[in-house]
Amino acid sequence: MIVAQQKNIKDIAEMVADAQKVLLAGCAGCVTVCLAGGEKETEVLAAALRIMRKLQGNPLETVTYVATRQCDPEYIEAMDGLVKDVDAVISLACGVGVQYLAERFKDKWVVPALDTKFVGGAVKHGVWEERCGLCGDCVLHRTGGICPIIRCSKSILNGPCGGSQNGKCEISKDVDCAWQLIYDRMKALGKLDKLMEIQMPKDWSKARDGGPRRAIREDVIIG
Amino acid sequence: MRLQYSPNIRIVEMPCSGTIDHRVILQAFEDGADGVFVAGCLEGDCHFQRGNLRAKKRVQAVKKLLDEIGLGGERLEMYNLSSAMGPRFAEIANEMTERIRQLGPSPLRKEGGAA
Ligand code: SF4
Ligand code: SF4
Repeated sequence: MIVAQQKNIKDIAEMVADAQKVLLAGCAGCVTVCLAGGEKETEVLAAALRIMRKLQGNPLETVTYVATRQCDPEYIEAMDGLVKDVDAVISLACGVGVQYLAERFKDKWVVPALDTKFVGGAVKHGVWEERCGLCGDCVLHRTGGICPIIRCSKSILNGPCGGSQNGKCEISKDVDCAWQLIYDRMKALGKLDKLMEIQMPKDWSKARDGGPRRAIREDVIIG
Repeated sequence: MRLQYSPNIRIVEMPCSGTIDHRVILQAFEDGADGVFVAGCLEGDCHFQRGNLRAKKRVQAVKKLLDEIGLGGERLEMYNLSSAMGPRFAEIANEMTERIRQLGPSPLRKEGGAA
């Protein structure tokens, strides 16, 4: 999932300083799971902004709504009625959701409440870690299911480098060396011979370096 | 046992302090409370194991938020006591009332007074 975290509330308040009435739009997708933009976070942010503005003598009216997903046009259409009579929309979705709202509600001031951080998952309640760098050409079958692109600080394909010390990466004693993990797992699987194959440089044009990407499934496109 | 404690306190009963939610606390302030205290069971004594520890973390988070938005985290506190500790409850109620008196009425309310 996409992992995001809420921005500082003062920065969010500043973005809507001119508005008298705002819609806070949460998302029931990824940001609900990473506790950044679900129903609860949306209501807490709304209450906090109301209190803040009331203390400033400039009360703010809020409306809240949680879309099933903000990254699908059909789920944000349902917000048309609510958006009509607000001055601004604060999206608590990832950057994709914010852009979808801005695209649909062309004459509205749409702002992000979150910083979209990475693609990853939970390692324990309240802690999330990055797991995929969206390289567009997955190599996990060669690396024992451990991503060298995002979990190795240098993204090297033929690791480890000389900075691997006692299983940790040289950047921090809290960061595992991805290549140590890869080696250990391949060894346990009896597939160390696979690591002897030298990986050629990666085709980065399939990643973000090739410009904005698009995925197409011809068989489901009609008209 | 009949004990006296400040009459300005309104008790909101929850099944466990672990059900306390940021929204409930913020709503109390929006509804005009000058201060809020969360009374949870003694640490280690939670019937649901860690409800009071969760409450403690949430109260800390809301205190920080109250500081950020200008209402002041000192208007919120968490205490731990068992339901058999009546005198301690009265003591906490009076202690919190005194703290809030010193802070004055909530700036979210027009006129003064305690809630
Ligand atoms: S808008 Fe973003 S956070 Fe919400 S479901 Fe889509 S990708 Fe996930
Ligand atoms: S190899 Fe590429 S696609 Fe696979 S997990 Fe790593 S970054 Fe993601």
